[in-house]
Amino acid sequence: MDISRFLFQILPYLMEGIPVTMQLTLLSFSLGLALGSVLAAARVFGSKPLSVFSRSYIEFFRGTPLLVQIFFIYFGLPAVGIRLDAFTASVIAIGFNSAAYQAEILRSAIKSIPEEQYLAAESLGMTTVQTYRFIIFPQAIRVATPALVNEFVALIKYTSLASIIGVAELFRRTEYMVSYTFMPEIYLLAAAIYLAICLPTSQFSKMLETRYAIPGYKRALV
Amino acid sequence: MSGELLQISGLRAGYGRIEVLRGINLSVKKGEKVVILGPSGSGKSTLLKCIPYLVRPWSGEIRINGLVVNPDPATLRRIRASTGFVFQQYNLFPHMTVIRNVALPLELGKGMSRREAEKIAQSILDVLGLGELAEKFPLELSGGQQQRAAIARALAIDPKLLLLDEPTSALDPELRYEVVETLYQVAKQGRAMLIVTHELDFAEAAADRVVFIDEGLIVEEGDAKEVLERPKKERTEKFLRRLRSRL
Repeated sequence: MDISRFLFQILPYLMEGIPVTMQLTLLSFSLGLALGSVLAAARVFGSKPLSVFSRSYIEFFRGTPLLVQIFFIYFGLPAVGIRLDAFTASVIAIGFNSAAYQAEILRSAIKSIPEEQYLAAESLGMTTVQTYRFIIFPQAIRVATPALVNEFVALIKYTSLASIIGVAELFRRTEYMVSYTFMPEIYLLAAAIYLAICLPTSQFSKMLETRYAIPGYKRALV
Repeated sequence: MSGELLQISGLRAGYGRIEVLRGINLSVKKGEKVVILGPSGSGKSTLLKCIPYLVRPWSGEIRINGLVVNPDPATLRRIRASTGFVFQQYNLFPHMTVIRNVALPLELGKGMSRREAEKIAQSILDVLGLGELAEKFPLELSGGQQQRAAIARALAIDPKLLLLDEPTSALDPELRYEVVETLYQVAKQGRAMLIVTHELDFAEAAADRVVFIDEGLIVEEGDAKEVLERPKKERTEKFLRRLRSRL
């Protein structure tokens, strides 16, 4: 194998896909976080119908393949007059999908705060809004952080599905290169690039956890 | 009427279908120290929690300073601003330092600035001998220190009535001592206190009155020394004997 060709032609070509992969990840994660917060709030605070709607949404998006969701939004929606470019369709599909998972992460984090914390806040005369703002949310977000970063790392990899509808992200470029050069080892290179992005992200999560850990709090050994 | 700070009449409460309190009448005067005794499951803790509506009563009436407690949020905030509550398991907020725990109710409830609130909080902590621990987080403290910090937090809003739910029960005997010392200190401040506890020495030395509860009803109440030394009811006597033999 020609090393210089590998280093100066193939690698740079693949790497041009990294910004697209990261944009897809960041945008769909943010969309998922925003929508997921609303869905979690609907389940925790909402009326019965709202809670049922939120639950159905979550079950639907968790119970159907992401690939089907991408196809539906990109190829299905034009039938009702909604035409999206491949990038936007991917962000929406991955974001809507991630919202279901993020909603569950946030909901279970809120639910993990013991009843006694609410009682203590109430006994001090705090309003419901104050209780959530000062007592529950600050603790819940610490509980949720590792799982949210985990979800972020998962999205980095899921964005490769956008290649199927033609978004020129990292994996799409890998496929071009393989079919152009007939060198399947390029897949390994792509895997290495994904790994190089994901590993520091997981490290970042550990750093966040340590930095914002509640002093004296002993995490249960899992 | 004028001297009564807390008046409870016909209080019934429970969980699900189980009735725990079956008609409690009790009053506490301004500055009075009342100890509630009773076996576990007798309803002591439920009674205490009903007062600031942490447990919603089924029926009956609770009056604090003449104000009838009801579920209206504004009323509840007023009631809770005049009652401090100390839990068996301390229930400090683990993500905040001790001083933030004590200052927050002042900022939120009384609209004080952070500076003002922390100044008051620091002085309360100093008085209770916790001044050094102000910047520590609750889970870095011993159980006894946590409970004393929780007492400081309940005192911060300067409540007229302090409710303490078995403040020493979760602690090892050696840690109880420091909390009991703090209780003596608080008792001297002239504030009314309603305390569920098994600390008979404290009851004898600091309480004006002792109330004995069993199976959701008041069995006996009266002058602290009288009830502890010469209980009139057999159930009270039996309970006291068992409690003393355990010590």
